[in-house]
Amino acid sequence: MTTGQAITPVTAEAVTAEAVSEALTAFLAERIKTEVAPDQDLFASGLASSMFAMQLVVHLEETYDIAIIGPELKLDNFRTVQAMTALVLRLRDG
Amino acid sequence: MPDAPTLVKCLIWDLDNTLWQGTLLEDPGVRLPDEIRDVIITLDARGILQSIASKNDHDLAWQRLEDLGIAEYFVHPRIGWGRKSDSVCGIADELNFAMNTIAFIDDLPSERAEVSFRAAEVRCYPAEQAASLPGRPEFRPDVVTVDARRRRQMYQASFRRDAERESFAGPDEDFLRSLELVMAIKRADEEDLSRVEELTLRTSQMNATGVHYSDAALRGLLADPGHEVLTVTLSDRFGPHGAVGVMLLEYRPGVWHLKLLATSCRVVSFGAGTVILNWLIDQAARAGVHLAADFRRTDRNRMMDIAYRFAGFAEDPCACLTSTSPASTASTASAGERDGVQCLHLAAAPRPGPTTMRLTAPDLTAGRVPVR
Repeated sequence: MTTGQAITPVTAEAVTAEAVSEALTAFLAERIKTEVAPDQDLFASGLASSMFAMQLVVHLEETYDIAIIGPELKLDNFRTVQAMTALVLRLRDG
Repeated sequence: MPDAPTLVKCLIWDLDNTLWQGTLLEDPGVRLPDEIRDVIITLDARGILQSIASKNDHDLAWQRLEDLGIAEYFVHPRIGWGRKSDSVCGIADELNFAMNTIAFIDDLPSERAEVSFRAAEVRCYPAEQAASLPGRPEFRPDVVTVDARRRRQMYQASFRRDAERESFAGPDEDFLRSLELVMAIKRADEEDLSRVEELTLRTSQMNATGVHYSDAALRGLLADPGHEVLTVTLSDRFGPHGAVGVMLLEYRPGVWHLKLLATSCRVVSFGAGTVILNWLIDQAARAGVHLAADFRRTDRNRMMDIAYRFAGFAEDPCACLTSTSPASTASTASAGERDGVQCLHLAAAPRPGPTTMRLTAPDLTAGRVPVR
């Protein structure tokens, strides 16, 4: 690896926290017809049902080419845009 | 000894000189023989769906079917000028049925050959065999349950429901509430188990455990005080969904063990799995017990995997799991795997009832003293 040079792989560029957060907010706006804040609890506020949560799992897996399995499949990882963004970045790094 | 033939799940009719006598475009008064009407009604009552693949003017042909009083018997009819094989495959696709469960009847050998060429598994019959179809083994299911008798109405209600969902603008949860869903969980009796047996026979089901319990095994547990066999039915303002789920629960000291949870694919989009799990968790909390749940991942139960995990089930080790009896399958000393079957665990806490449907269910805690 060379150092001192700005090397930005295309895939990493496409999957920054900002990009994921923005894309998710847009997806939610389309699906639940509501503009949500990054830290808004989708489930406590009744915006999303557990059924919609399942669609979110499938959407994240397909969009970001990740597998969300086992212990990562918990509701807390899907409560907010922030939490989902963190999950996507963590699994893509992993 | 030869196996029983695969049952036909949908019979697709040609119209001219097959279903009715004559060619509609030449003779607007084509006649429906009584024996053909009997066949249609008989197969419908057995839960065999029927459709149409006909080269005809659509509006004219449909009007004639309505005038004859039989239009309501057909689902996803394909009346037009395309290839019959396209129609047959399209109908099978829309129903999500395998080709070897489809039958096609047509008076023209050329049409039967065209369908056979492109869909070899479809069973084709010449028109003159129409009256004999109900007597053939592939059209005779062993058990005809109340759900089978109204299967066509359930499919038709489901089309109307889907159409309404497509046109619904608000959040999913609002749409679900608009359906006026009613779920009934009840302790199973013999009749309920027949309906569930059909559910487990059919391919479109979500078996969370991936472990098959035979009808005989479930019947044997009906009277066992250590086990609970529960069935789930669902209905909404479009009509009944029928028996859509089955649970097998074993009571143990300090822990209830969910050994089987299977729900029909048809009700996944209503969040039925989650409603059932939340009810069970709430019951366990009232009884002061933990929950253990068997789960084996298969290529078709992902949604149930997610439902379990989102309900809070995890791979925690817990002392309650050591009390499981050695005779029971899939029970291990700690949460873990055996034969690919995971034993998931949850320390139950009270849950609110569903917000999207009305639920009626027995009180499992009645007569059960909390263990801890």
